[in-house]
Amino acid sequence: MIPDSRTLIAAAIAAVLAGPAMAQDDSIKMGALATLEGAFTVLGEDSMRGVKLALEEFKYTAGGKKIELITGSSDASPDSAIRATRKLVEQDGVQVLVGPLSGSEGLAVKDYAKTKPNVTFLNGSSAAQDTTLREPAENFFRFGTEGAQWMAGLGEYVYNEKGYRSIAVLAEDYSFPYTQVFGFLEPFCRLGGKAPADARFWVPIGNKDYSSVIAALPDDVDAIYVALGGADAVNFLTQYEQAGGDLPLVGGSITVDQTVLGSKGRTRDFVIGTPSAGPISDTWDDARWQKFVEAYKAQFPDGFPSPSLFAHAYYINTKAALLALNEVGGDLSDGGKKYRAVLSGLSFETPTGMVKLDERRNAVADIFLTEVSEGPDGNLLNKTIKVIPSVSQTLGVSYDEFLKYGPVSRENPKCG
Amino acid sequence: MANISLIAGKGVLPNIHPAAAITVLFLLFYPAFASDFFVFQIGAYSLVLGTIALSLVMLAGYGGMVSLSQLTVAGLAGYLMAILGHNSVGVMGLGWPWWLTALTAIFAASVFSALIGAISVRTEGIYTIMITLAIAVAFFYFVRQNYVIFNGFTGYAGVVPPTLFGIYWRDPTPFYYLSLAVAAFFFFMVVYGARSTFGLSLQAIRDNPRRMRAIGYDVTLHRIFAYFLSGLIAGTAGVLMVWFNGRISPGSVGVDVVIDILVIAVVGGMRHPIGPFVGALAFVLLENFAIDLIDRERFNTVIGTAFLLVVLFSPDGLLGLWARIRERLRLRKHPQSDGSGVH
Repeated sequence: MIPDSRTLIAAAIAAVLAGPAMAQDDSIKMGALATLEGAFTVLGEDSMRGVKLALEEFKYTAGGKKIELITGSSDASPDSAIRATRKLVEQDGVQVLVGPLSGSEGLAVKDYAKTKPNVTFLNGSSAAQDTTLREPAENFFRFGTEGAQWMAGLGEYVYNEKGYRSIAVLAEDYSFPYTQVFGFLEPFCRLGGKAPADARFWVPIGNKDYSSVIAALPDDVDAIYVALGGADAVNFLTQYEQAGGDLPLVGGSITVDQTVLGSKGRTRDFVIGTPSAGPISDTWDDARWQKFVEAYKAQFPDGFPSPSLFAHAYYINTKAALLALNEVGGDLSDGGKKYRAVLSGLSFETPTGMVKLDERRNAVADIFLTEVSEGPDGNLLNKTIKVIPSVSQTLGVSYDEFLKYGPVSRENPKCG
Repeated sequence: MANISLIAGKGVLPNIHPAAAITVLFLLFYPAFASDFFVFQIGAYSLVLGTIALSLVMLAGYGGMVSLSQLTVAGLAGYLMAILGHNSVGVMGLGWPWWLTALTAIFAASVFSALIGAISVRTEGIYTIMITLAIAVAFFYFVRQNYVIFNGFTGYAGVVPPTLFGIYWRDPTPFYYLSLAVAAFFFFMVVYGARSTFGLSLQAIRDNPRRMRAIGYDVTLHRIFAYFLSGLIAGTAGVLMVWFNGRISPGSVGVDVVIDILVIAVVGGMRHPIGPFVGALAFVLLENFAIDLIDRERFNTVIGTAFLLVVLFSPDGLLGLWARIRERLRLRKHPQSDGSGVH
């Protein structure tokens, strides 16, 4: 019987090795890549809700063709993002890919995109600056904005309205917080604010003990700018409150979001009044946003109370992909050339206002300035203070002028 | 199995098992019929991971020393490729020619491995595991926090193999053959080395270090030299690993990846140097395709369960499982068979 089983195995192997099955004419394969494992799993799951929300809205059809969704997972490391991307593109044969989630992953996928000119890549929620600013890939699009854009208006607000002149910085040590710190400090320092290098603290993702950082915080600053995410933010806020800290806070885009505000304890009272900025605002009373929240709640009763910025970013990028597919009638036969031309010129209405792309295929969109406040039922919410319209990646100056600011890093801007 | 013994009896090369011949032919002609994805991401990646795990199997199987820092050794070689050679990040990148970079990286990794050995060989069993795990964790945190040399969290990108003889060695087929050549070289070195004087004394030390010491062997030196040799294997695989990924960052040498190497070695089987390659293939296939088998939120459970089942039903991995199945078949067909000897 052994030769028979060997033949069977050989046949099975041959069938598997035969490479990606060709997409049928009446369907289009779309890949979605997010962090479904590792520290950002919860965020990755909400991202997938965003993708499904958009697909559901289009009934899984675009341009007269059925959309077949294939999901991939990474663990927020660039290596794993590339492996998952390569599998989706080279094995599953997706023609359109939405993702990834995290900053450094985006930089890696952009580099990979350059080697696959016939596949169209749309960013998920990864928000590092150089994914689109320096050496962009022709086939990589970002309809969600990035970390520096998300900070638009916050630097001016705390300088002018809150009257802060000197600020300490506490952030995680990788590309996304660098981008956020840059976006916040650039206008703040231009107005005359100070954030000396020895008052900037960089901690690894997943840091648990902030006592040494808290002990080293200078007394002569007016506030602390905190760009930490998820559990890191909760840990810091709890420990800072317990240590008797009383400096006011300024929050990064994911520092005072629903995952942090929903936590129990006295931290609650402590964060009320913290200004922040980002691509969404939980309580924006605009009909488009309310409709989006209702749809999210109806489709995902097990999701967050309100969609996170990850669901929002994946939703927008998936929707852009589908709208452009409609426009070209689902025709990707030219390696997607026509499709990408349509995407480049695409401008559409999102739950947070109109979005369009700049010449490096990065979004120009509205940003929300918010402040933590207590809602009518005792829950903490981000109250919308101001909508900053049409924020571009170069923050209002020309591209060449903006490049002179230099790449984001721990020391940029100097601002001593 | 009668036909097989018949073929082997008549064969020109009587010592080569037909299964081995088929495997060699399959590996050689694999790129001819497999897609680029299968050649590169499944084939070449399995060979690279298998080679790293081979360095662990050599230490653990023949020397009785389970080291969790094999990936760290490979990672150091990978980092040195980026630091001494070229990268696209703009930090370090001293621009040495590729062959000098590769040789230095491999040699430095071997010396590093020998140092790890010098620290850990006086311990046994779980203490060796603890020390080598501590070294792996320390290395991970060090590269993550050191910006001057290792470029911190971001690490390095744009580390690519050279173009030689008009071939770009990162293209799927050339890279596959490169990995195959390296893997085959070290595989036969380990098979051969196990029968050499050094290999035999290493196995004797594994079985009874006290007696070997009494006979006059320098047990510590033998073990440290074994670490040096395993560093050669891991370091070379580390060079291939960084060429495969094109980048290296602290995530590439994190604790989860360190454990992956142990999983590959254990699941494959530690009794023969082919084990780590079988384990690596199983690992890479599951890592890539488990997400297609089941709900995306549960696919890591499938991977874990598969490995758990293998270890539960066969403590000596897939190799042991295969040996057991073969024994069953043989016993059924030839009840008189003594069923001895797996290898």
